[in-house]
This record gives sequence, structure tokens and C-alpha cells, in this order.
Amino acid sequence: MILDGRFRFDNYVVGSANRLAVAAARAVAESPGQVYNPLFIYSASGLGKTHLVSAIAHQAREQRPGYGAAYVTVDEFVEDLHDAVSAGELDPFKQRWREHDIVLLDDVQFLTGQRETQTELLRLFNQLQRSGKQIVMASDRPPGEIPDVDARLVSRLSGGLVVDIGEPDFETKLGILRNLADGREPPIDAEILDAVAKIDFANVRELQGAFNRLEAYRSLHGGNIHAGNLRDILGLRARNTPVSGAPVREGDGGNGARREPAEFADFVSDVSRTVETSVAEWKLRITEAIATWAAEGYRTAVLERALKLPRSPDVDGLLATFAAACAHLGSLEREAITLAPGFANHSVFRDPERVAAAEGLLSRLRVGGEPFPGPDASFTLANFEVGVSNELAARAAESVGAEPGRHFNPLVICGPGGTGKTHLLHAIGNLLREGMDDTASIACVSANQFIEELVEAAQQGELERWRARWRTVDALLLDDLDVIAGTERAQTELFHLFNALASENRPLVFASDRSPPELDQVEPRLRSRLAAGLVAALSPPDRATRRSIYARFLADVKPSVPDDVLDYLADSASSSVREIQGRASRVFALARSAGRLELATLRSELDGHLLPRAGAPEGLVDRAADPFFVDNERVIWDWHEIPGRAIEEIR
Amino acid sequence: MSIVNYATREITCKIVYYGPGRAGKTSNLQYVYGRVPGDRRGRMLSLATQNERTLFFDFLPLDLGSISGFSTRLQLYTVPGQIYYATTRKLVLNGADAVVFVADSQTRQFDENVESLRDLHENLAAQDIDVRTFPMVLQYNKRDLPSDLILTESELDEALNFRGVPAFAADALHGRGVFETLRSISGLVLRRLSAGSVAHG
Repeated sequence: MILDGRFRFDNYVVGSANRLAVAAARAVAESPGQVYNPLFIYSASGLGKTHLVSAIAHQAREQRPGYGAAYVTVDEFVEDLHDAVSAGELDPFKQRWREHDIVLLDDVQFLTGQRETQTELLRLFNQLQRSGKQIVMASDRPPGEIPDVDARLVSRLSGGLVVDIGEPDFETKLGILRNLADGREPPIDAEILDAVAKIDFANVRELQGAFNRLEAYRSLHGGNIHAGNLRDILGLRARNTPVSGAPVREGDGGNGARREPAEFADFVSDVSRTVETSVAEWKLRITEAIATWAAEGYRTAVLERALKLPRSPDVDGLLATFAAACAHLGSLEREAITLAPGFANHSVFRDPERVAAAEGLLSRLRVGGEPFPGPDASFTLANFEVGVSNELAARAAESVGAEPGRHFNPLVICGPGGTGKTHLLHAIGNLLREGMDDTASIACVSANQFIEELVEAAQQGELERWRARWRTVDALLLDDLDVIAGTERAQTELFHLFNALASENRPLVFASDRSPPELDQVEPRLRSRLAAGLVAALSPPDRATRRSIYARFLADVKPSVPDDVLDYLADSASSSVREIQGRASRVFALARSAGRLELATLRSELDGHLLPRAGAPEGLVDRAADPFFVDNERVIWDWHEIPGRAIEEIR
Repeated sequence: MSIVNYATREITCKIVYYGPGRAGKTSNLQYVYGRVPGDRRGRMLSLATQNERTLFFDFLPLDLGSISGFSTRLQLYTVPGQIYYATTRKLVLNGADAVVFVADSQTRQFDENVESLRDLHENLAAQDIDVRTFPMVLQYNKRDLPSDLILTESELDEALNFRGVPAFAADALHGRGVFETLRSISGLVLRRLSAGSVAHG
């Protein structure tokens, strides 16, 4: 409700009947929230309660720019509350009311029977008072006489100062009349004002009404007013005494039925109170913290576990510790990024439960700089065709992945080129990656790179740093081990690295075209260590494996490749998987151009030059007859002496 | 079934109206449905037989809006009261957070009330629910019938309310006692929020 600007202290006439109320109101206006809180003013209707509470708000606001004052009647408050409940906006409603610096509530007697409003008010009063904010109320009777009001609320209403305003005495009435008559033309005789002031009006409104009637009479009939005709002019009659019992609404003659609150709104209001008192504050705080940190990308499992505790933990301590861990992780991440930009947003820097792992990773980066190349994710054990020719190696790979460093350490995979050594090596690397911490350093590199880094470090005089870097790996998977033959320095370094890693049970896997005993020009001490683990040999794919590989490569051919075609292809000997892949590519192209792959067509197109039959010399291909060789990439079938170099890029 | 989910800030309660056939369970839901603003209720799903008895169940979702920052919903169900729908009753009761047992105040329905209450306890026990702590209220419906046809509230109390749970006299057809019952059972179940019946999403 908008405050009536006319209702101010300076035009409020003070008399014996209202002196205490005015003094209290002025004190409250000057120091809201500090004296008489709440201030409860009651009087019969029309004695100036509304004027006084409005004056408090005006003065408080004048003295404090920006001061928030809310003046409403209980009716308006109830309506506002019901609207909020119906709209499902109870929280904004509460928030809005909590924000006022001073709340002035008029017609408090109409709280009778308003259960939900009483409860809401009680809660609001508690919150306002805790915040040092002022409450002023006006009613037609003292708190204890308002029927059907919660005893707690009555106690709260009476907890500050309860003052009444009595019927105005002669002096007060005269003062009011003089205020009203001030400036009127022609002036009203003082005797008339005295006579009016002596009349026993029940309240100030009646006095004002009498004055207005006099003024109307004067304007119509001139100044012929005297003590003799005064009562007639004013039409005074006997009046009823003030109300008692149930509150009666002004203006409705006491017949206005109180608006029954909607049953549902009442119900929701009740539920709201229950929820508000039942929801655990500490869980809300933790939930909010989870939402905040999760939005910043942090893993909040520790907070989520705390939510499941039967009782409140030390929430302040928990949240402070969590925040400190996040801050620490942030600083670790910033340093890590300067050493290896690829570690930006690494998950370890987002998990407060892995601070130690993050610190470990950073220590490693400080020593080793950029991380080692890891395994190629496309090489998995699932897409490694297992048959008689490679079963042992495949099972060994699974075992290494299942128990890193414990089984078959080292594992040496050996076999001719194109039989799947590199695939298996990377597949093991991927198994290790799945089973190890995501900060683990899994080096999956070729021996060439190992040697090149060594040579470069030696040239730059950073051998110690090089050694420290390689000793940080959690798993070493070295491809093309055979190239280390004849490299004395590299063998020595590998020997020491081998010992360092093996002593800590870190997985060691090697791939070579020869078994350790066959590695000429490799130091015996290194050879013997390699041979001490498991040496798993890969052979050229057997027929069943060949058929499985063809089936896999040709799986996308539509319509699907008939069994007799797969059998025909599998019958052709192949020294390596790469060779099968090359042939399958050509069959695939043929299938696409022919539309349908039939054995007769395939045989007539390919037999005799494309697919060497079993028993014929392997790898003989008529290049000129095959359009495949027009491409930049060429398969060199006939270079048996260079296994592992099947694809050569012609530049 | 979860009552409060702090992570998603949702409160969901499943309240099942249980009782013998024709006791007035569906009438309770229909009265509530009629008093809820359209935007705060879901469609009342009622699967009934041709003679309008509940065959499967009634379901009335109520959206109470945001309360203390929690999106709060009540799901009101009824079970078919007829004895032969035992399986459906068990199904509907599964995951319930609270039960309103609607008893028929008519003297001639005394045995049906007792049998239905026994059936409720049996089904709760089958779900490992401790009936001593499970939120439940009783509603003595049809109090509008002539007094010579119905049992007194104290007689019903003596027969059915041996656990001393809140009991309400009601005339569900005209709404008397319907919201009082709902308010009471909601209060019981929601006050368990602080007792740890939570989910964390």
C-alpha cells in the first residue's frame, strides 16, 4: 500500500490520550529496530493509528535515504501470501518481505483464524527482528484480545511495546479542529470550535466529519452557526459502543464475510512450513557447494559422500578443505601447463581427492617435460584376430594387462614383419592405460626414437636429465627392438633403464623381428634379461586367422561376402596381416565396382595373378596388371628380405 | 523411493490411499483434483471397470511448486479395494512413502475394513517396511451417513487404530476431512526429510 503523504508527525495533534503512543512512535522513527520492537499500537477505530504508523514510516525514510518501508493491512498481506502460494512463489514472497527495513502492519485484528498467515508472520517477524529491522503494528484491540491467534504470535506481538490511543480529550479535539480550520475563509469562530470540541465524539474521524459538515453548512447558509443550532447542524445521534468479540471490518457494517482461503493454497502453505523446517540446512550448503564446484569442472564425490552421512559433518571444515584442495590443484595445473600444455584440463587437476596424484604428475613433468607418446588407441586386443599362429602372444598380452609388472615381465613379442607385433604392443599399452591411473606415463615408442633421444641428449650434455626422464615411465613398451643391435651406448642405457623399471615391477614389453637369443650384436646381459621373461612368437596367419581377417575387412561389403568367396580368399597363403589387408582392399574395390561379389567373378578377375594359391611362391604380383599400383602407396610383396616394411611411400 | 533429492533439489512423495472397496479412496482424489488449480495438477489417471470401480489404480500428480528451493511434487495413488486385486495392490504399494488408510464407517463394512488393514500390513511387511515407523493416517469416511448405519469414531479407533496414528472423520464426497487427511499425511512424510530419507541423484 502506498503511504498517505498527509499522515505525518507535524500534523498529528498530541494530547493526553495519545501522548505515550506518539512518544513511542517518534522514538521508533528516530531509531528503528533499536527501541520498542515491535511497537504495537491499538485503539478504537478512527483515533489516529494509521496516521501514526504512517508518520513513523515517513520520518524513518526522511532520515535515512533508501530506507525500505512497507505499509500494508493484514488483508493485503493475506492476499499477497495467497497469491504467492497459488503461483508457487512462496520463496520470492518471503525474500521480498525480508528485505524491508521497517514493516508496518495495520488492522492486525484480522489475523483471527488466519492460521497460515499467522505462521508466516511469525516467521517473518523472527527473521526481521534477528536482522535488527523494525516492526510496527496497529490494531483495534491489544494482542491478547485478538481471538484465535497462535499463542506464540501473541507473545511476539506483545514482546515490544504495546500502547493504546484513547478517545481524544477536549484539548486534543480542539487542536485537531484548529488544524482543520487553519486557513479557511472566512475564519471559523473560536467559540464554534470550542463547542464542537466539547462534543463527545467517539473518534477523530467523527470529529473530522463534524468539521466537514460545518464547513458544508457554512458554504450553503453563511455563517449562521451558534451553540444553539450546532448539534442540529451536526445531526448528532446516539451511537453504538465500540465493537467487542469477533473483529468487524470497517465499512462493511460487520457483515463482510472473511474470504475463505482456498483449501489447496492453505494445504500448500502447510506443506511449505513442514518442508522448510525439515530440509536439513547442512545438506543444502553441501549441495550448493557441489553445484558450484561441479560447474567449474571439479569432481565432487567427496562432498556427495558427505551428503549421505546420517548426521551433519563439520560442514565449514569440509567445504574449506575442499576449496583449498581445488585452489591447490589449480596452481598445480598452471605449472603443469607451462611444462606440458597438453595437460591443460587434465582430470587429475579436477579431482580434490587426487591431489597426491596431481603432485606426482607435476613432479614427473618437472623432470621429464613433455610426456612420452602413448599407445595408439586404434590398436586394441578386441580387433586383434587370434588364431593358432598368435594365440600364446595374445593370451600373454591379456595377462600383462590384467596384472601389470607381475606376469611375464618382460614380455617379448617376436615374429616376422606384418604379423601383428606393433598391433599387439599398442594393444597391451591400451590395456595398461585402462588399468592404471590416468596420470600414469605409458611410453609406447620405437627403439629408433629411444636411440634418437639418447643421441640428442648426449650431444647437448643432458644425459642425466634424459635418464631421469625415462625412469619416470610407469610402463615401457619398445617397438622394433632389433634396431638396437650394434648401438653400444643405447644398449647400455636400455640395460640400466630395464633394471630400474623391472626392480619396481613396472611393465616392460618389447617387440622384435627376432627372439632375444637371435639378436646379434646385442649385449648378452641385455639379451639374457629379455629372454628371462616370456618370449611369445607370432607366425604368419594360419588359414582360420586369414579367413577371420578377410571377414573383418570385408564386413562392410553389401551384399555380404559369400562364404565360398571367404574360403577362396583364406585359401591363398599370406605371410602377414598387412598382405591380407592389401588384398582385401582390392577385393573390396572389386565388389564395389561389380556390385555383387561372386566366386566365379572373383576367380576370373583375380586368379592367377592377384592371389597366389597355396603352394605357389608367395608375394608374386603382376604389378602392371593391377591398377592398385598406380597409387602413390605400393605394396611390395616381393621384398621378403625386408619384413615389416610392407608399405612404402613413393615420393 | 526417494523423498528428497538434494542434488536436483526435488522432493517427491508417493502417497497411497489404501482401504476396502467402495470406501471412498477415489472420491478423496477426485475432491483434491477439483480443488487444485489446473496448472498445479497433472491429468488424473483413472482406470476403472465398466461399473466404475477402480480396476487398476488412480493416479494424481500434484505440483506444489518451489518450496525452500525444492521442486515439490506429490503423487497420489489409490489401490483397487476389491479382494481379488491383491497383485495390483502390492504393485501400487511398492515404493510408497506413506499410506492413507480409508475406512468405510458403515457398520456392515466393519469386517472389510479389518481385512483390508490386515492386507495392508501384510503387504508392507512383504516389502520389509516397518509399520511402526511408516507414515500412515486413518480416515473414517462416510461420516455423513445416518448415525444408525455407521460406527462411532471411537469404535473405529478401537478396531483399526491400534497404533494410535492420526485419524480423521471425513465425508470425501463433499470434501469434509479430505484436505485435513492429506495435510496430515504430507506432514508426516515430509518431516522424515530430516530423518535421512534422501537420494542424492
